[in-house]
Amino acid sequence: MSVDSVFVHKMWNDHELSKMVKGGVPFPMLSDGGGKVGDVFGVYLQDAGVEARGRFIIDPDGIIQGFEVLTPPVGRNVMESIRQIQAFQHVRKTKGAEATPSGWKPGKTTLKPGPDLVGKVWEVWQTKMAFDD
Amino acid sequence: MAEEIKAGCARPTGGPVGEKPEAKKETTQPAPVKEVKSMVTVGKKAPDFTAPAYQNGKFINVKLSDYLGKWVVLCFYPGDFTFV
Repeated sequence: MSVDSVFVHKMWNDHELSKMVKGGVPFPMLSDGGGKVGDVFGVYLQDAGVEARGRFIIDPDGIIQGFEVLTPPVGRNVMESIRQIQAFQHVRKTKGAEATPSGWKPGKTTLKPGPDLVGKVWEVWQTKMAFDD
Repeated sequence: MAEEIKAGCARPTGGPVGEKPEAKKETTQPAPVKEVKSMVTVGKKAPDFTAPAYQNGKFINVKLSDYLGKWVVLCFYPGDFTFV
């Protein structure tokens, strides 16, 4: 979503993005003229008249589980967004019985919060597990 | 002479220059209180919206609440053709 019109979105997709992504952008490119939606989400930059790089993860109940906002010159990390979605999906699947520690990826150790785990995380999880192997 | 603009990721903007137009006569009414801007909150419902969109050669209208039951990634960016 940006403040550009759908006509500009079409030009950008058809003449540039489709040369980088086969078949073009597969998802809807939303137009937010005047930044009204961006304003509600807190990412509209009034002085510049544009929206910051805001990224919101919204679950099937419509609840915002996470967001990240960057100023314009720095791009996002798509893999980190995917990792977070996988983690939120895992937590949801376990109905909150499991939590995902720092750097968690599918297949890595999760934590099962409860009275027995208090003060015992060091026994089941080491800081090196936060990093990629 | 017109000065060349350095192309960056923020869209170049302009605005009125010179003396400010004469301020409107003060009225006795107090100025409306500007709403305090705030960010949305994690764990809370995403504000619903509709927005026109372009997808696969068609112009469509998208409503966030139509995606209930699915995971949604909503991304804002400064503008088309802004490099990053």
